[in-house]
Amino acid sequence: MPLKDSLAYFERMPHYKSAMDLEERRAHAIIYAMMKNMFDDEPAVYSVSSLTVYIRQMFDLDYRMQDVWVEGEISNFSQPASGHWYFTLKDDRSQLKSVMWKGSVTHQRYILKHGEKVRAHGKINVYEATGQYQLYCDVLVPLETTGDLHARFRQLWDRLEGEGLFREEIKRPLPAFPGRIGIVTSATTAAFQDIQNVLRRRYPLAEVILSPTPVQGESAAPKIVAALQLIDNYGVDVILLARGGGSLEDLWCFNDERIARAIRETRSPVVTGVGHETDTTLVDGAADRRAPTPSAGAEMITPDLVQVRERLIEMRVRLVESARYTIDGRAEQLDDAAHKLRLISPAARIRNDRQRLDELNDRLVKAMANRIAGSRQTLKGQLRALELANPRNLLSRGYAIVTRALDGKRVTDAIDAGPGTSVNIQLDKGSLVAAVKERNLDV
Amino acid sequence: MSEPQEANSELRFENAYDELTEIIDQLESGDLSLDESMTLFERGRTLVLFCEKQLNTAELRVSQLLANNDGSFRIDLLS
Repeated sequence: MPLKDSLAYFERMPHYKSAMDLEERRAHAIIYAMMKNMFDDEPAVYSVSSLTVYIRQMFDLDYRMQDVWVEGEISNFSQPASGHWYFTLKDDRSQLKSVMWKGSVTHQRYILKHGEKVRAHGKINVYEATGQYQLYCDVLVPLETTGDLHARFRQLWDRLEGEGLFREEIKRPLPAFPGRIGIVTSATTAAFQDIQNVLRRRYPLAEVILSPTPVQGESAAPKIVAALQLIDNYGVDVILLARGGGSLEDLWCFNDERIARAIRETRSPVVTGVGHETDTTLVDGAADRRAPTPSAGAEMITPDLVQVRERLIEMRVRLVESARYTIDGRAEQLDDAAHKLRLISPAARIRNDRQRLDELNDRLVKAMANRIAGSRQTLKGQLRALELANPRNLLSRGYAIVTRALDGKRVTDAIDAGPGTSVNIQLDKGSLVAAVKERNLDV
Repeated sequence: MSEPQEANSELRFENAYDELTEIIDQLESGDLSLDESMTLFERGRTLVLFCEKQLNTAELRVSQLLANNDGSFRIDLLS
């Protein structure tokens, strides 16, 4: 069956069309065509590329070839500017071409050395351009140390975990706003620079105190313990124990149980940021919090300044509001009290009394005035009566007053003046002196 | 090993922040005399201004703690 017919056959199948890319469809078409040919009697003739695609597919379809561990010795190692690594794995009988793409190289912690025995992981496939099958490698570890170290690490971890050193319940909370941050690391490493950069950006309020220590090598562990204790005794709010990425051997001192135990004995909580994300060391287990890298550790121990600012604004509002509330409440009470006070105040009473006094005074004055007026009226009447009664008025109407000349006694009865008696007769105008001629006692 | 050095007597941001939180809680609880309220409010105001000033002017201080041979230690400013 010619390839183009097979291709057309696969083109027609809607399921294949949607689920596969063109490359894959082509490969399936080639395999299909070749399978068909097995049952045809005609001898099959393939192009080189068709055959190579077929071979590549065979590797693809073999799951064992997709996930392979292989041990061998490094040779022909080359490291071109592209960033990929090319090398050959070999033993005394065979060779295996290998490539490690740049993406995997960046996670690679070992520099390969010619002749070094390694254990490599990857998948086997065909490079179609040369028809060469090769190992597409993603992990490479030196053979000598890894097995040893891993086993020792596991053993230590299990033992300390069994002692309860890693329990969640004994982990201490981190302060929300660390004023003083202790950093235990080497002063000259990139890790310390990274930490400072993060802190400067995130929380420049902090005072950072480095307790320098070597972070690599056989003798590092006791020095790390000493640095940890020094900074803890000095007094900080939180401690960051950090080291940048490195090989398993580089990080090995962080698997020292003396450091793990020292961490559980500090007064301040300890955060670790050791190596890369994928590395776990004993100190990570013992730490109160574990960060994947030194920078991440710096972030973990500090609040974000933007959030701090927001909270501060909120507190400012609450402060003013609560104070206003209190003052308003008190002002209301004050008003109440003042009102009550006014009601019972002597001033009020005095004012009331004064008013009453004024009223009384008023009434008094009025009463007096009335009485005076009344008296004046009475007096007038009496004056008129008095005037009417004035004897002079009688004289003017022709009456006269007769008095005895002898003693001035008013004569109102004839008996008082016998004949010959001298009498004065008072008239309205002037008076007369007369003598009684005769008297008549009858009325 | 020497005794831990006494903390600075000057106000620190985190202390000011904590005190501020307490003051606001007290003020919001409302069982205070007017005098007490006013005193607390004044203190709170001072603290808010202090915190804001700290935030606006903060510069990371970095120093190094070194142990001397006699067991004492010293602090060197790095930046």
